[in-house]
Amino acid sequence: MMIDSVTNFRIVGLGGMGVLTASQIVAQVFFRQGYAVKKAEVHGMSQRGASVCSDVRVGPQVWSPTIPAGEVGYLVLLDPQERPLYEAELRPQAVVLEPAMIEKARLPHSRALNVAMLGVLSRHFQIPGAAWLEVIREVFPPRLHAANEAAFLAGCDSP
Amino acid sequence: MERLLLSGNEAVARGARDVGVARGVGYPGTPSSEILEVFHRLGGAAAWAPNEKVAAEVALGVAFARARALVTMKHVGLNVAADVLFTSAYSGVDGALVLAVADDPGLASSQNEQDTRRYAVAAGVPLLEPSDSQEAYDFTRLAFELSERWHVPVILRLTTRICHSSTVVCCDAPAVPPPAPVFVRNIPQRVMVPGHARAAHQRLRQKLSELAAWNEVSGPNRRWPGSSELGIIASGVAVQYAREAAPDAAIFQVGLSHPLPIQAIRDFVASVSRAVVIEENDPCMADAIRAAGLTIDSAPAMYRQGELTVGRVRRILAGDASAEPVPAARRPPQLCQGCPHRRVFEILKKHDCIVAGDIGCYTLAALPPLSAMDIQICMGASIGVGLGLRHVLPREQAMRVVSVIGDSTFVHSGLTGLAEMAYNVPDTGHVLLILDNATTAMTGRQQHPGTGYRLDQTPTNRLDYVALARAMNIANVAQFDPVRETDALEQALVEALQKAELTVLVARRPCILIPAGKS
Ligand SMILES: Cc1ncc(C[n+]2csc(CCOP(=O)(O)OP(=O)(O)O)c2C)c(N)n1
Ligand code: SF4
Repeated sequence: MMIDSVTNFRIVGLGGMGVLTASQIVAQVFFRQGYAVKKAEVHGMSQRGASVCSDVRVGPQVWSPTIPAGEVGYLVLLDPQERPLYEAELRPQAVVLEPAMIEKARLPHSRALNVAMLGVLSRHFQIPGAAWLEVIREVFPPRLHAANEAAFLAGCDSP
Repeated sequence: MERLLLSGNEAVARGARDVGVARGVGYPGTPSSEILEVFHRLGGAAAWAPNEKVAAEVALGVAFARARALVTMKHVGLNVAADVLFTSAYSGVDGALVLAVADDPGLASSQNEQDTRRYAVAAGVPLLEPSDSQEAYDFTRLAFELSERWHVPVILRLTTRICHSSTVVCCDAPAVPPPAPVFVRNIPQRVMVPGHARAAHQRLRQKLSELAAWNEVSGPNRRWPGSSELGIIASGVAVQYAREAAPDAAIFQVGLSHPLPIQAIRDFVASVSRAVVIEENDPCMADAIRAAGLTIDSAPAMYRQGELTVGRVRRILAGDASAEPVPAARRPPQLCQGCPHRRVFEILKKHDCIVAGDIGCYTLAALPPLSAMDIQICMGASIGVGLGLRHVLPREQAMRVVSVIGDSTFVHSGLTGLAEMAYNVPDTGHVLLILDNATTAMTGRQQHPGTGYRLDQTPTNRLDYVALARAMNIANVAQFDPVRETDALEQALVEALQKAELTVLVARRPCILIPAGKS
């Protein structure tokens, strides 16, 4: 589908789960389709375990880099326990994606969950899988290509 | 023209590269740290200095040699570099000096919410406020042009949202390179004794009035047409929120907010029935515009705290000062499992020490379950504050006071504290613990003078804390690995707490996030 108004993605999880990598991939994929894209995130302490969240906004024209309250269209949870934090931020028809949607056996490595979730997300848009895989290969070093490609495809095939 | 998706920090780095910056110097601090790292990756000469003051001094030297220099820091870094800023505004520069200073409204990762725009007014230097990555790129280049044209340091004020948001950027062709660096003697302009400084101050005020006139006509300010009912005056990322919150409003975007284009603002205010100033942090523009006699609305006091959002801008426009919903509690960060700092704080807790702490990953030891740090104010304060406590507390308590400081923080501003410790010795002596994890972990593991590596990862001299403490005539100095030699470290600390002497203990073990083979 072509996007004719602003579409808002929020990716959330805990430090160390790859939230920022996932949002980087989403932003790049849509950016290369020619959209205006804004991505917001808060870095901070390098320690692990804190709540991490990143917004990606895509459309013909985007103003605020952060998603206004109540306008999250796609919530991608890398940790399902974070869901209550963002419930109030969702649009009425929002799509919520959770790790349970991935077939565990097909995940090559637990650290590739972030990319697998993008496979699930990709099914909501008519962007060819190759466009996603191209960005995924650019973002990861070659030794991680196979695992992340497999994870993405596992997400694409999720029930 | 290249079309890229860049964070504000990446855009500043590219702007600096494209404008031919000869040297970028800074001290890490979220959210500014990536600027120099990216500038280095783009081929620029970039270096971490021991602290922001030294960084600004090195950059000033570069600019005195007619080259273009960039300094990067977080907002509180400018407190440290302020001495350089105020008088380099007088001396001016021959090349260009730009300070990229990143504010942190909302305290994503800082100890306060100070507003750098106050410094621009106080020191008398121009200040630019980009509202997205494109402007971060454009305004970086403009900052160098203004600095070179008016021979004055320029502040590029960033905020967390600008630094760490990615937006689309189209880059221009590289600028004409500056002439080769050269030293030309000019004692009256560069030796700020009173006789010279009086004239220099006059020159600065003259430059500022010229800049103000330029800003009225040619400054990077922008008027977006809209309804004559509502006009919004905004700067920085607030412009984006305002565009989204009030798509029909007329908007005056202030790009160079010091000196303010007050006549252009006057015209704008006259063109609308209601004018509202929307700005993040302090009411700097609102105060200045009111002082010029204009009638405007601005945010109720509560919005001075925290970041703005589209929702908050809607509330400001509606004059809504009712209580805001409390955001859901997020999971706080913790020391990594296996962090070498943990052992040290377990010992301090066990012996019920009064811990004058400092800033770094180890500050997390102040939170439960450890709750083993009692004070943290600003970088380096652990030593002076610990000494102050020792000087006046009753002996039983004084003997339990320990100052704890990270390695990067010690080099940043602990050296003078250690000199004070050696010089004005409390009756009970004192104990200083230096936590040497071979990196600046908190801000993303940058090198510093105690690691033996530079920003570009090449080896260099390494500061030796043990030798340094001995050189300052500290009576007891020892170093331990807090994980392998936990018991020995504990014993040394217990001994130190019992004698009224000076002790420096170095707990040396790398941060577990440093890749193996490094450090
Ligand atoms: C003046 C100033 N500059 C920069 C910062 C950002 N900052 C906070 S702590 C810190 C250094 C932390 O390194 P270290 O002391 O080695 O402790 P570690 O995080 O490695 O445990 C930095 C750069 C600051 N708070 N204040
Ligand atoms: S990043 Fe390093 S210093 Fe910081 S908590 Fe983790 S192990 Fe400790």
